Amino acid sequence: VCTSRFWFNYRHVANTLSVYRSVKRLGIPDSHIVLMLADDMACNPRNPKPATVFSHKNMELNVYGDDVEVDYRSYEVTVENFLRVLTGRIPPSTPRSKRLLSDDRSNILIYMTGHGGNGFLKFQDSEEITNVELADAFEQMWQKRRYNELLFIIDTCQGASMYERFYSPNIMALASSQVGEDSLSHQPDLGIGVHLMDRYTFYVLEFLEEIHPASQTNMNDLFQVCPKSLCVSTPGHRTDLFQRDPQNVLITDFFGSVRKVEITTETISLDRDLTVFENEFPKDELATEPLKYADQLPVAQIIHQKPKQKDWHPPGGFILGLWALIIMVFFKTYGIKHMKHIF
Amino acid sequence: LPQGTDVYVGKHRSALLRAGRGLAALRARLQQLTQVIALPATSIAAALADRVPDGQLGPDARRHLKSSLGYEITFSLLNPDPKSHDVDWDIEGAVGRYVQPVLDKLSVVANFSVDSQILYYAVLGVTPRFDKESSSFLLSAHSLPHVINPVEARLGSSAASLYPVLNFLLYVPERSHSPLYIQDKDGAPVPTNAFHSPRWGGIMIYNVEAPASPQASLPLHVDVDMVRVMEVFLAQLRLLFGISREELPPEFQVESPGNEGLADWELDRLLWAHTVENIATVATTLTSLAQLLDQISNIVIKDDVASEVYHAVASVQDAMAELAEGRLRSAFQASKEAVTSSERAFFDPSLLHLLYFPDDQKFAIYIPLFLPMAVPILLSLAKILREARQRKKEPSKID
Repeated sequence: VCTSRFWFNYRHVANTLSVYRSVKRLGIPDSHIVLMLADDMACNPRNPKPATVFSHKNMELNVYGDDVEVDYRSYEVTVENFLRVLTGRIPPSTPRSKRLLSDDRSNILIYMTGHGGNGFLKFQDSEEITNVELADAFEQMWQKRRYNELLFIIDTCQGASMYERFYSPNIMALASSQVGEDSLSHQPDLGIGVHLMDRYTFYVLEFLEEIHPASQTNMNDLFQVCPKSLCVSTPGHRTDLFQRDPQNVLITDFFGSVRKVEITTETISLDRDLTVFENEFPKDELATEPLKYADQLPVAQIIHQKPKQKDWHPPGGFILGLWALIIMVFFKTYGIKHMKHIF
Repeated sequence: LPQGTDVYVGKHRSALLRAGRGLAALRARLQQLTQVIALPATSIAAALADRVPDGQLGPDARRHLKSSLGYEITFSLLNPDPKSHDVDWDIEGAVGRYVQPVLDKLSVVANFSVDSQILYYAVLGVTPRFDKESSSFLLSAHSLPHVINPVEARLGSSAASLYPVLNFLLYVPERSHSPLYIQDKDGAPVPTNAFHSPRWGGIMIYNVEAPASPQASLPLHVDVDMVRVMEVFLAQLRLLFGISREELPPEFQVESPGNEGLADWELDRLLWAHTVENIATVATTLTSLAQLLDQISNIVIKDDVASEVYHAVASVQDAMAELAEGRLRSAFQASKEAVTSSERAFFDPSLLHLLYFPDDQKFAIYIPLFLPMAVPILLSLAKILREARQRKKEPSKID
């Protein structure tokens, strides 16, 4: 998820696309990736090299390529849509590529980048998502068993504050900086005119380039990436909610996809010379007319019962006290006698 | 009963047993039989796998497909070398003859929809080794997990329905890699030449014989023997659903269910496991919905969400009552309705809660508004109180 708009936040889009590219290289197909980019850098009018997004200066690596599938783009990247994807409370008309169809055996990797602060992450320069909302969303995912294990990586300023509030089991979190520290960007490119990548993601990517689908590297190595000397900020991680020891967790458990496979040893025997035979269960042949358009609308959901008459209740509580105070002071100050002059 | 077999289990719901003299031997045999046919505790634990903490279940617990309202089955033919092989498969006929009877029998469990496709130039992600002794190519068991992912991107499963998709792939190896066999852990070639991945589907490798004369014209026309292929695919389908014959003790023999694919008692077990799983799912869904409403007091529940919740609760109670009486089909139907209602209630788009206001933000918003207004009011209040106290003193003075 990239949450920043505008040309000067090029590096956040490049971060996200680089992680996307690594994850695809290690075997996860597009049908299992939900990519949210808040702005279009490749075709931005200010991009001197259109249709490309580079992640390293001297333009060595174009992470945009020609098989990037962006699921939520531009103004569709909002806090609401993000939480809808996570919790699954999506309107029924959403296409399959925009849904998170995970079950209790799926490992989920969430990577977020953008501008953040102590306890929040800024979306689109107009709204924020707080760490409490994120923790609640993860808890709802856990209640519905929408994940087996979850790895949360965040690359923003004060990123560690975002994982402080998690309370659901099986979550491991990594952040690029502690509370009170800023995450810095890596290097500007003079040809394009903006910073291309953030430091933490840059070193994570260098680390991931050495991983291949069958590699046995574990999470402890990922925690060592980007020490303070290279990153200037102090990356942090949180593993107390995770049930397995990070030493035993392979990087490919989250970044790649290695499926469990079993050899088929049983066969059944079929009758070869069987012509199509009468079914034992006669199919019910109901003569149904094709559904009229009106029948396909969920009318009951659209038109509720008559809206209940909202009874007027006199205001209570704080508002009542405030008004009483104001009116009393008003009358005391002006005196009842003078009312007829005022009105 | 033939020699060596003591129990013969029929395909409907009956069994023949031969026991030694005495009731004790008979009872032991009967116990064995019920363990095989009826739903064992491990199946129930597997069905409730979400709710049981990890570590208590074996690795097999989450292999089987989760209970769902429908499944989408996709048959794909992968032909990486169309220049050498012109492969033809009569998939429609095969589906009608062999697959449809099995799906008809399983139609109680869920809705099934079948589609098929042919993919050209789709290669496996792994290169097989050439084995000189058998002059064939071998794929070892530990390279099999890496085969699926490169192909998955091309399968188009994201365009299919929202139901879980089961992919069955038939791979015809290239001329330069023929014949290709799968090697199991011991190094022997697998007789079925197929493997499957739990909750995903299966892959079978179909080897084409090399032409007799080297000058045979390319591309070779290949007519796929659908019976052999469907035998393996349907067996994989049974394994994906969790119906397998592996746990049978040696003296047991099970009648082959023929083209229907599974025996009545196997179907009963499946229905039972799914019913238990559905009921457990509904219980957790409704409980977590209630917890959500406790935590967040300003969520509005619409009327239709409320009616779905009531319907779910009523259906679950029905299902448990029917299950206690042993009426499996109606219990399963009730549990299916309960799951549909509870999922609709839980995942209703209107229940999204976005309004989290931390206390310091509330102060930060309200104080700049109310403090300037409150200052003159409070000062006037103080003045009023002082005057009232003075007036109280004065009448006492006058009097």
